[in-house]
Amino acid sequence: MNLFVEGFAWILDPANWSGPGSIPERLGQHLAVSATVLLIAMVIALPVGALIGHTGRGREAAVMVSGGLRALPTLGVLTLFGLWIGIGLTAPILALVILAIPPLLAGAYAGFESVDRRTVDAARAMGMRELQIVGGVELPLGLPILVGGIRSASVQIIATATLAAYLADEGLGRYIFQGLKTRDYAEMLGGSILVIALALVVDGCFALVQRIVVPAGVRATRTRELRSRPARSRAATG
Amino acid sequence: MTWLWSNLDEVGELMLVHLALSVPAVILSLVFSIPLGWTAHRYAWSRGVLLSIAALLYAIPSLALFVSLPPLTGFGLRSPMNLVIALTIYGVAVMVRTAADAFDSVSREVRQSATALGYSASGRFWGVELPLAGPVLLSGLRVVIVSTVSLATVGAVIGVPSLGSLFTDGFQRGIQAEIVTGIVATILLALVLDLVAVLLGRLLLPWTRTPSGRRASQERAMETTERVAGAA
Repeated sequence: MNLFVEGFAWILDPANWSGPGSIPERLGQHLAVSATVLLIAMVIALPVGALIGHTGRGREAAVMVSGGLRALPTLGVLTLFGLWIGIGLTAPILALVILAIPPLLAGAYAGFESVDRRTVDAARAMGMRELQIVGGVELPLGLPILVGGIRSASVQIIATATLAAYLADEGLGRYIFQGLKTRDYAEMLGGSILVIALALVVDGCFALVQRIVVPAGVRATRTRELRSRPARSRAATG
Repeated sequence: MTWLWSNLDEVGELMLVHLALSVPAVILSLVFSIPLGWTAHRYAWSRGVLLSIAALLYAIPSLALFVSLPPLTGFGLRSPMNLVIALTIYGVAVMVRTAADAFDSVSREVRQSATALGYSASGRFWGVELPLAGPVLLSGLRVVIVSTVSLATVGAVIGVPSLGSLFTDGFQRGIQAEIVTGIVATILLALVLDLVAVLLGRLLLPWTRTPSGRRASQERAMETTERVAGAA
Protein backbone atom coordinates (compact mmCIF):
# COMPACT_ATOMS: atom_id res chain seq x y z
CA MET A 1 0.00 0.00 0.00
CA ASN A 2 3.01 2.19 0.69
CA LEU A 3 3.68 2.18 -3.03
CA PHE A 4 0.26 3.65 -3.69
CA VAL A 5 1.09 6.55 -1.40
CA GLU A 6 4.20 7.12 -3.52
CA GLY A 7 2.09 6.88 -6.67
CA PHE A 8 -0.31 9.54 -5.43
CA ALA A 9 2.61 11.64 -4.24
CA TRP A 10 4.00 11.44 -7.77
CA ILE A 11 0.67 12.66 -9.18
CA LEU A 12 0.55 15.55 -6.69
CA ASP A 13 4.17 16.55 -7.24
CA PRO A 14 4.02 20.08 -8.75
CA ALA A 15 7.04 19.23 -10.93
CA ASN A 16 4.78 16.88 -12.90
CA TRP A 17 2.20 19.56 -13.60
CA SER A 18 4.25 21.89 -15.80
CA GLY A 19 6.80 21.75 -18.60
CA PRO A 20 7.07 19.20 -21.44
CA GLY A 21 5.51 15.83 -20.64
CA SER A 22 3.43 17.28 -17.83
CA ILE A 23 0.26 15.59 -16.65
CA PRO A 24 -2.10 18.12 -18.29
CA GLU A 25 -0.24 17.79 -21.59
CA ARG A 26 -0.26 13.98 -21.54
CA LEU A 27 -3.91 13.94 -20.47
CA GLY A 28 -4.76 16.29 -23.33
CA GLN A 29 -2.93 14.07 -25.82
CA HIS A 30 -4.68 11.00 -24.49
CA LEU A 31 -8.08 12.64 -24.82
CA ALA A 32 -7.30 14.08 -28.27
CA VAL A 33 -6.13 10.75 -29.67
CA SER A 34 -9.09 8.90 -28.13
CA ALA A 35 -11.64 11.44 -29.41
CA THR A 36 -10.14 11.39 -32.93
CA VAL A 37 -10.22 7.62 -33.04
CA LEU A 38 -13.77 7.47 -31.68
CA LEU A 39 -15.00 9.97 -34.29
CA ILE A 40 -13.37 8.17 -37.23
CA ALA A 41 -14.59 4.77 -36.04
CA MET A 42 -18.12 6.12 -35.49
CA VAL A 43 -18.26 7.60 -39.00
CA ILE A 44 -17.37 4.16 -40.37
CA ALA A 45 -19.26 1.81 -38.07
CA LEU A 46 -22.49 3.58 -37.15
CA PRO A 47 -24.01 3.97 -40.66
CA VAL A 48 -23.12 0.36 -41.50
CA GLY A 49 -24.60 -0.83 -38.21
CA ALA A 50 -27.73 1.27 -38.74
CA LEU A 51 -28.19 -0.19 -42.22
CA ILE A 52 -27.78 -3.75 -40.93
CA GLY A 53 -30.13 -3.15 -38.03
CA HIS A 54 -32.74 -1.46 -40.22
CA THR A 55 -32.77 -3.96 -43.07
CA GLY A 56 -31.86 -7.03 -41.04
CA ARG A 57 -29.56 -7.98 -43.91
CA GLY A 58 -25.91 -8.82 -43.45
CA ARG A 59 -26.37 -9.52 -39.79
CA GLU A 60 -24.41 -12.79 -39.80
CA ALA A 61 -21.57 -11.07 -41.62
CA ALA A 62 -21.53 -8.25 -39.07
CA VAL A 63 -21.53 -10.68 -36.14
CA MET A 64 -18.67 -12.57 -37.75
CA VAL A 65 -16.64 -9.47 -38.56
CA SER A 66 -17.02 -7.99 -35.10
CA GLY A 67 -16.38 -11.37 -33.47
CA GLY A 68 -13.32 -11.98 -35.60
CA LEU A 69 -11.90 -8.52 -35.00
CA ARG A 70 -12.39 -9.07 -31.29
CA ALA A 71 -10.07 -12.07 -31.30
CA LEU A 72 -7.27 -9.91 -32.76
CA PRO A 73 -4.63 -9.23 -30.10
CA THR A 74 -4.47 -5.46 -29.63
CA LEU A 75 -0.73 -5.36 -29.12
CA GLY A 76 -0.14 -7.38 -32.29
CA VAL A 77 -2.19 -4.98 -34.41
CA LEU A 78 -0.46 -1.98 -32.83
CA THR A 79 3.08 -3.27 -33.39
CA LEU A 80 2.30 -4.46 -36.93
CA PHE A 81 0.96 -1.03 -37.92
CA GLY A 82 3.92 0.54 -36.13
CA LEU A 83 6.30 -1.44 -38.33
CA TRP A 84 4.40 -0.66 -41.51
CA ILE A 85 3.91 3.04 -40.96
CA GLY A 86 6.73 3.94 -38.60
CA ILE A 87 6.96 5.67 -35.26
CA GLY A 88 4.35 8.40 -34.83
CA LEU A 89 0.67 8.86 -34.27
CA THR A 90 -0.68 7.54 -37.59
CA ALA A 91 -0.02 3.88 -36.79
CA PRO A 92 -1.70 3.84 -33.37
CA ILE A 93 -4.67 5.86 -34.63
CA LEU A 94 -5.27 3.45 -37.53
CA ALA A 95 -4.87 0.42 -35.27
CA LEU A 96 -7.19 1.91 -32.67
CA VAL A 97 -9.86 2.65 -35.26
CA ILE A 98 -9.85 -0.98 -36.39
CA LEU A 99 -10.13 -2.19 -32.79
CA ALA A 100 -12.94 0.27 -31.98
CA ILE A 101 -15.16 -0.84 -34.84
CA PRO A 102 -16.52 -4.12 -33.35
CA PRO A 103 -18.22 -2.63 -30.27
CA LEU A 104 -19.59 0.31 -32.28
CA LEU A 105 -20.93 -1.95 -35.01
CA ALA A 106 -22.47 -4.28 -32.44
CA GLY A 107 -24.04 -1.37 -30.56
CA ALA A 108 -25.45 0.17 -33.73
CA TYR A 109 -27.09 -2.93 -35.17
CA ALA A 110 -28.26 -4.15 -31.79
CA GLY A 111 -29.80 -0.73 -31.14
CA PHE A 112 -31.65 -0.52 -34.44
CA GLU A 113 -32.65 -4.14 -34.24
CA SER A 114 -34.04 -3.80 -30.73
CA VAL A 115 -36.88 -1.63 -31.97
CA ASP A 116 -40.10 -3.63 -32.09
CA ARG A 117 -40.88 -4.48 -35.72
CA ARG A 118 -44.54 -3.70 -35.07
CA THR A 119 -43.54 -0.14 -34.17
CA VAL A 120 -41.63 0.13 -37.42
CA ASP A 121 -44.57 -1.31 -39.38
CA ALA A 122 -46.90 1.17 -37.69
CA ALA A 123 -44.61 4.04 -38.69
CA ARG A 124 -44.54 2.74 -42.24
CA ALA A 125 -48.33 2.40 -42.30
CA MET A 126 -48.63 6.00 -41.16
CA GLY A 127 -46.78 6.97 -44.33
CA MET A 128 -43.28 7.60 -43.00
CA ARG A 129 -40.51 7.14 -45.54
CA GLU A 130 -37.64 4.74 -44.79
CA LEU A 131 -35.25 7.55 -43.90
CA GLN A 132 -37.85 9.08 -41.60
CA ILE A 133 -38.33 5.72 -39.91
CA VAL A 134 -34.58 5.37 -39.41
CA GLY A 135 -34.13 8.89 -38.09
CA GLY A 136 -37.43 9.44 -36.29
CA VAL A 137 -38.37 6.03 -34.91
CA GLU A 138 -35.49 3.59 -34.81
CA LEU A 139 -32.74 6.02 -33.85
CA PRO A 140 -34.40 7.49 -30.74
CA LEU A 141 -35.70 4.11 -29.57
CA GLY A 142 -32.39 2.36 -30.17
CA LEU A 143 -30.25 5.21 -28.88
CA PRO A 144 -29.60 3.85 -25.36
CA ILE A 145 -28.10 0.68 -26.82
CA LEU A 146 -26.24 2.64 -29.46
CA VAL A 147 -24.74 4.88 -26.77
CA GLY A 148 -23.87 1.68 -24.88
CA GLY A 149 -21.80 0.62 -27.88
CA ILE A 150 -20.08 4.02 -27.97
CA ARG A 151 -19.45 3.67 -24.25
CA SER A 152 -17.69 0.32 -24.48
CA ALA A 153 -15.78 1.50 -27.54
CA SER A 154 -14.56 4.65 -25.79
CA VAL A 155 -13.39 2.73 -22.73
CA GLN A 156 -11.58 0.31 -24.97
CA ILE A 157 -10.00 3.14 -26.97
CA ILE A 158 -8.68 4.76 -23.79
CA ALA A 159 -7.17 1.43 -22.71
CA THR A 160 -5.59 0.81 -26.09
CA ALA A 161 -4.33 4.39 -26.34
CA THR A 162 -2.41 3.66 -23.13
CA LEU A 163 -0.80 0.68 -24.79
CA ALA A 164 -0.12 2.74 -27.92
CA ALA A 165 2.42 4.76 -25.93
CA TYR A 166 4.64 1.74 -26.60
CA LEU A 167 5.13 3.04 -30.15
CA ALA A 168 4.40 6.73 -29.97
CA ASP A 169 5.34 9.53 -27.58
CA GLU A 170 1.70 10.05 -26.69
CA GLY A 171 -0.70 9.98 -23.80
CA LEU A 172 -0.67 8.87 -20.18
CA GLY A 173 0.70 5.45 -21.08
CA ARG A 174 4.04 7.16 -21.63
CA TYR A 175 4.48 7.43 -17.86
CA ILE A 176 4.12 3.66 -17.51
CA PHE A 177 6.74 2.91 -20.16
CA GLN A 178 9.04 5.67 -18.94
CA GLY A 179 8.81 4.40 -15.37
CA LEU A 180 9.41 0.86 -16.58
CA LYS A 181 12.60 1.95 -18.31
CA THR A 182 13.97 4.03 -15.43
CA ARG A 183 12.68 1.60 -12.76
CA ASP A 184 10.57 4.38 -11.25
CA TYR A 185 7.62 2.50 -9.81
CA ALA A 186 6.00 5.64 -8.39
CA GLU A 187 5.79 7.10 -11.89
CA MET A 188 4.35 3.88 -13.36
CA LEU A 189 1.79 3.66 -10.61
CA GLY A 190 0.94 7.36 -10.84
CA GLY A 191 0.40 7.01 -14.59
CA SER A 192 -1.73 3.91 -14.04
CA ILE A 193 -3.90 5.66 -11.47
CA LEU A 194 -4.47 8.54 -13.89
CA VAL A 195 -5.39 6.16 -16.71
CA ILE A 196 -7.80 4.24 -14.48
CA ALA A 197 -9.40 7.48 -13.29
CA LEU A 198 -9.78 8.71 -16.87
CA ALA A 199 -11.37 5.45 -18.01
CA LEU A 200 -13.81 5.38 -15.09
CA VAL A 201 -14.80 9.03 -15.54
CA VAL A 202 -15.44 8.58 -19.27
CA ASP A 203 -17.35 5.35 -18.58
CA GLY A 204 -19.44 7.15 -15.98
CA CYS A 205 -20.19 10.05 -18.33
CA PHE A 206 -21.43 7.72 -21.05
CA ALA A 207 -23.47 5.77 -18.49
CA LEU A 208 -25.17 9.04 -17.65
CA VAL A 209 -25.74 9.89 -21.33
CA GLN A 210 -27.19 6.41 -21.76
CA ARG A 211 -29.80 7.19 -19.13
CA ILE A 212 -30.58 10.63 -20.48
CA VAL A 213 -31.23 9.48 -24.05
CA VAL A 214 -34.00 7.07 -23.06
CA PRO A 215 -37.05 8.58 -24.79
CA ALA A 216 -39.64 9.99 -22.39
CA GLY A 217 -42.33 7.65 -23.70
CA VAL A 218 -40.20 4.59 -23.01
CA ARG A 219 -39.23 5.86 -19.56
CA ALA A 220 -42.88 6.39 -18.65
CA THR A 221 -43.72 2.72 -19.21
CA ARG A 222 -40.51 1.36 -17.77
CA THR A 223 -41.40 1.07 -14.08
CA ARG A 224 -44.04 -1.56 -14.79
CA GLU A 225 -41.64 -3.91 -16.56
CA LEU A 226 -38.86 -3.51 -14.04
CA ARG A 227 -38.87 -7.19 -13.20
CA SER A 228 -39.28 -8.62 -16.67
CA ARG A 229 -36.10 -9.30 -18.54
CA PRO A 230 -35.74 -7.26 -21.74
CA ALA A 231 -35.20 -9.54 -24.71
CA ARG A 232 -32.13 -7.92 -26.05
CA SER A 233 -32.10 -4.36 -24.83
CA ARG A 234 -29.10 -5.12 -22.61
CA ALA A 235 -26.77 -5.68 -25.51
CA ALA A 236 -23.58 -3.70 -25.55
CA THR A 237 -24.27 -1.81 -22.38
CA GLY A 238 -20.96 -3.03 -20.97
CA MET B 1 7.37 -18.30 -43.61
CA THR B 2 11.14 -18.85 -43.41
CA TRP B 3 11.17 -16.96 -40.12
CA LEU B 4 8.55 -19.29 -38.71
CA TRP B 5 10.40 -22.48 -39.73
CA SER B 6 13.67 -21.36 -38.21
CA ASN B 7 11.98 -20.26 -34.98
CA LEU B 8 9.42 -23.01 -34.65
CA ASP B 9 10.80 -24.20 -31.31
CA GLU B 10 10.60 -20.75 -29.76
CA VAL B 11 7.04 -20.19 -31.01
CA GLY B 12 5.99 -23.58 -29.65
CA GLU B 13 7.53 -22.82 -26.29
CA LEU B 14 5.84 -19.40 -26.08
CA MET B 15 2.55 -21.06 -26.98
CA LEU B 16 2.90 -23.37 -23.98
CA VAL B 17 3.80 -20.42 -21.74
CA HIS B 18 0.77 -18.58 -23.09
CA LEU B 19 -1.42 -21.60 -22.32
CA ALA B 20 -0.03 -21.74 -18.79
CA LEU B 21 -1.08 -18.09 -18.31
CA SER B 22 -4.51 -18.16 -19.90
CA VAL B 23 -5.92 -21.58 -18.95
CA PRO B 24 -5.65 -21.01 -15.17
CA ALA B 25 -7.16 -17.55 -15.60
CA VAL B 26 -10.10 -18.95 -17.59
CA ILE B 27 -10.74 -21.73 -15.06
CA LEU B 28 -10.49 -19.34 -12.12
CA SER B 29 -12.89 -16.92 -13.85
CA LEU B 30 -15.44 -19.71 -14.18
CA VAL B 31 -14.96 -20.85 -10.59
CA PHE B 32 -15.40 -17.35 -9.16
CA SER B 33 -18.20 -16.19 -11.40
CA ILE B 34 -20.51 -19.14 -10.67
CA PRO B 35 -21.13 -18.26 -6.98
CA LEU B 36 -21.17 -14.54 -7.79
CA GLY B 37 -23.61 -15.03 -10.66
CA TRP B 38 -25.79 -17.27 -8.51
CA THR B 39 -25.86 -14.61 -5.79
CA ALA B 40 -26.86 -11.97 -8.34
CA HIS B 41 -29.59 -14.30 -9.60
CA ARG B 42 -30.88 -15.30 -6.17
CA TYR B 43 -30.81 -11.96 -4.34
CA ALA B 44 -32.22 -9.12 -6.40
CA TRP B 45 -30.55 -6.43 -4.30
CA SER B 46 -27.09 -7.84 -4.96
CA ARG B 47 -27.56 -7.94 -8.71
CA GLY B 48 -27.11 -4.23 -9.32
CA VAL B 49 -24.14 -4.03 -6.97
CA LEU B 50 -22.32 -7.05 -8.41
CA LEU B 51 -22.96 -6.13 -12.04
CA SER B 52 -21.89 -2.52 -11.47
CA ILE B 53 -18.64 -3.65 -9.83
CA ALA B 54 -18.05 -6.02 -12.74
CA ALA B 55 -18.63 -3.21 -15.25
CA LEU B 56 -16.27 -0.92 -13.33
CA LEU B 57 -13.52 -3.56 -13.23
CA TYR B 58 -13.97 -4.19 -16.91
CA ALA B 59 -13.47 -0.50 -17.67
CA ILE B 60 -9.97 -0.51 -16.11
CA PRO B 61 -7.32 -0.47 -18.86
CA SER B 62 -5.31 -3.70 -18.75
CA LEU B 63 -1.85 -2.15 -18.71
CA ALA B 64 -2.82 0.07 -15.76
CA LEU B 65 -4.23 -2.94 -13.91
CA PHE B 66 -1.05 -4.97 -14.46
CA VAL B 67 0.94 -2.12 -12.90
CA SER B 68 -1.47 -1.48 -10.03
CA LEU B 69 -1.88 -5.05 -8.80
CA PRO B 70 1.61 -5.86 -7.43
CA PRO B 71 1.36 -3.48 -4.43
CA LEU B 72 -2.01 -5.07 -3.57
CA THR B 73 -1.12 -8.72 -4.05
CA GLY B 74 2.58 -8.75 -3.15
CA PHE B 75 3.56 -10.51 -6.36
CA GLY B 76 6.23 -8.96 -8.56
CA LEU B 77 5.33 -6.92 -11.64
CA ARG B 78 6.90 -9.53 -13.92
CA SER B 79 5.52 -12.50 -12.01
CA PRO B 80 3.19 -14.71 -14.08
CA MET B 81 0.90 -14.75 -11.04
CA ASN B 82 0.38 -11.00 -11.43
CA LEU B 83 -0.86 -11.55 -14.96
CA VAL B 84 -3.03 -14.54 -14.04
CA ILE B 85 -4.72 -12.50 -11.29
CA ALA B 86 -5.36 -9.57 -13.65
CA LEU B 87 -6.73 -11.86 -16.36
CA THR B 88 -8.96 -13.56 -13.80
CA ILE B 89 -10.36 -10.18 -12.72
CA TYR B 90 -11.29 -9.39 -16.33
CA GLY B 91 -12.65 -12.88 -16.85
CA VAL B 92 -14.90 -12.61 -13.80
CA ALA B 93 -15.98 -9.10 -14.87
CA VAL B 94 -17.12 -10.48 -18.24
CA MET B 95 -18.60 -13.67 -16.87
CA VAL B 96 -20.62 -12.57 -13.81
CA ARG B 97 -23.48 -11.16 -15.89
CA THR B 98 -23.62 -14.27 -18.05
CA ALA B 99 -23.58 -16.47 -14.95
CA ALA B 100 -26.50 -14.50 -13.48
CA ASP B 101 -28.36 -14.84 -16.79
CA ALA B 102 -27.52 -18.54 -16.85
CA PHE B 103 -29.20 -19.17 -13.50
CA ASP B 104 -32.11 -16.94 -14.56
CA SER B 105 -32.57 -19.20 -17.58
CA VAL B 106 -33.50 -22.15 -15.36
CA SER B 107 -37.28 -22.01 -15.31
CA ARG B 108 -39.11 -21.48 -12.06
CA GLU B 109 -41.24 -24.60 -12.64
CA VAL B 110 -38.17 -26.80 -12.85
CA ARG B 111 -36.81 -25.41 -9.60
CA GLN B 112 -40.16 -25.86 -7.90
CA SER B 113 -40.45 -29.46 -9.12
CA ALA B 114 -36.96 -30.19 -7.82
CA THR B 115 -37.94 -28.86 -4.41
CA ALA B 116 -41.17 -30.85 -4.51
CA LEU B 117 -39.16 -33.99 -5.28
CA GLY B 118 -37.28 -33.45 -2.05
CA TYR B 119 -34.05 -31.85 -3.25
CA SER B 120 -32.26 -29.90 -0.55
CA ALA B 121 -31.11 -26.38 -1.43
CA SER B 122 -27.55 -27.51 -2.14
CA GLY B 123 -28.68 -30.70 -3.84
CA ARG B 124 -30.92 -28.66 -6.10
CA PHE B 125 -28.05 -26.33 -6.95
CA TRP B 126 -25.60 -29.09 -7.89
CA GLY B 127 -28.12 -31.50 -9.40
CA VAL B 128 -30.57 -29.20 -11.17
CA GLU B 129 -29.67 -25.52 -11.41
CA LEU B 130 -25.98 -25.76 -12.28
CA PRO B 131 -26.39 -28.37 -15.03
CA LEU B 132 -29.33 -26.53 -16.58
CA ALA B 133 -27.41 -23.25 -16.45
CA GLY B 134 -24.56 -25.06 -18.23
CA PRO B 135 -25.24 -24.07 -21.85
CA VAL B 136 -25.44 -20.35 -21.06
CA LEU B 137 -22.40 -20.61 -18.76
CA LEU B 138 -20.55 -22.26 -21.63
CA SER B 139 -21.40 -19.43 -24.01
CA GLY B 140 -20.00 -16.95 -21.50
CA LEU B 141 -16.91 -19.06 -20.97
CA ARG B 142 -16.23 -19.04 -24.69
CA VAL B 143 -16.20 -15.23 -24.73
CA VAL B 144 -13.86 -15.27 -21.71
CA ILE B 145 -11.53 -17.70 -23.50
CA VAL B 146 -11.15 -15.49 -26.56
CA SER B 147 -10.67 -12.27 -24.59
CA THR B 148 -8.25 -13.83 -22.07
CA VAL B 149 -6.00 -15.37 -24.71
CA SER B 150 -5.89 -12.05 -26.55
CA LEU B 151 -5.37 -9.96 -23.41
CA ALA B 152 -2.54 -12.14 -22.09
CA THR B 153 -0.32 -10.85 -24.91
CA VAL B 154 -0.34 -7.35 -23.35
CA GLY B 155 1.77 -8.68 -20.48
CA ALA B 156 4.73 -8.81 -22.85
CA VAL B 157 5.26 -5.03 -22.66
CA ILE B 158 5.90 -5.22 -18.92
CA GLY B 159 8.11 -8.28 -19.34
CA VAL B 160 5.87 -11.30 -18.76
CA PRO B 161 6.73 -13.67 -21.61
CA SER B 162 3.86 -14.98 -23.75
CA LEU B 163 2.98 -15.05 -27.44
CA GLY B 164 2.92 -11.26 -27.00
CA SER B 165 6.73 -11.41 -26.76
CA LEU B 166 6.66 -12.06 -30.51
CA PHE B 167 5.02 -8.63 -30.93
CA THR B 168 7.49 -6.69 -28.80
CA ASP B 169 10.51 -8.58 -30.14
CA GLY B 170 9.32 -8.36 -33.74
CA PHE B 171 8.65 -4.65 -33.37
CA GLN B 172 12.03 -3.89 -31.83
CA ARG B 173 13.93 -5.94 -34.40
CA GLY B 174 11.70 -4.93 -37.31
CA ILE B 175 10.64 -8.48 -38.22
CA GLN B 176 7.15 -8.35 -39.68
CA ALA B 177 6.88 -12.14 -39.98
CA GLU B 178 7.39 -12.49 -36.25
CA ILE B 179 4.46 -10.18 -35.44
CA VAL B 180 2.20 -11.86 -37.99
CA THR B 181 3.16 -15.26 -36.55
CA GLY B 182 2.25 -13.98 -33.10
CA ILE B 183 -1.15 -12.74 -34.24
CA VAL B 184 -1.96 -15.98 -36.07
CA ALA B 185 -0.70 -18.10 -33.16
CA THR B 186 -2.80 -16.14 -30.65
CA ILE B 187 -5.98 -16.48 -32.72
CA LEU B 188 -5.23 -20.17 -33.32
CA LEU B 189 -4.75 -20.78 -29.61
CA ALA B 190 -8.04 -19.05 -28.84
CA LEU B 191 -9.83 -21.15 -31.45
CA VAL B 192 -8.36 -24.39 -30.12
CA LEU B 193 -9.30 -23.57 -26.52
CA ASP B 194 -12.76 -22.57 -27.73
CA LEU B 195 -13.11 -25.92 -29.47
CA VAL B 196 -11.98 -27.74 -26.33
CA ALA B 197 -14.63 -25.85 -24.34
CA VAL B 198 -17.34 -26.79 -26.87
CA LEU B 199 -16.30 -30.46 -26.81
CA LEU B 200 -16.18 -30.50 -23.01
CA GLY B 201 -19.63 -28.94 -23.08
CA ARG B 202 -20.95 -31.73 -25.30
CA LEU B 203 -19.46 -34.26 -22.91
CA LEU B 204 -20.75 -32.68 -19.71
CA LEU B 205 -24.10 -31.42 -21.05
CA PRO B 206 -25.22 -34.38 -23.14
CA TRP B 207 -28.86 -33.25 -23.34
CA THR B 208 -27.84 -30.32 -25.53
CA ARG B 209 -26.95 -32.92 -28.16
CA THR B 210 -30.53 -34.04 -28.82
CA PRO B 211 -32.12 -32.01 -31.62
CA SER B 212 -34.79 -30.30 -29.52
CA GLY B 213 -32.48 -29.74 -26.55
CA ARG B 214 -29.83 -28.36 -28.81
CA ARG B 215 -32.21 -25.92 -30.41
CA ALA B 216 -33.47 -24.62 -27.08
CA SER B 217 -30.06 -24.20 -25.51
CA GLN B 218 -28.58 -22.81 -28.70
CA GLU B 219 -31.20 -20.13 -28.83
CA ARG B 220 -30.59 -19.18 -25.25
CA ALA B 221 -26.83 -19.35 -25.69
CA MET B 222 -26.94 -17.28 -28.89
CA GLU B 223 -28.86 -14.57 -27.16
CA THR B 224 -26.34 -14.46 -24.34
CA THR B 225 -23.34 -14.62 -26.63
CA GLU B 226 -24.60 -11.60 -28.49
CA ARG B 227 -25.25 -9.76 -25.30
CA VAL B 228 -21.87 -10.63 -23.86
CA ALA B 229 -20.11 -9.96 -27.13
CA GLY B 230 -21.67 -6.53 -27.20
CA ALA B 231 -20.53 -5.90 -23.66
CA ALA B 232 -16.99 -7.01 -24.27
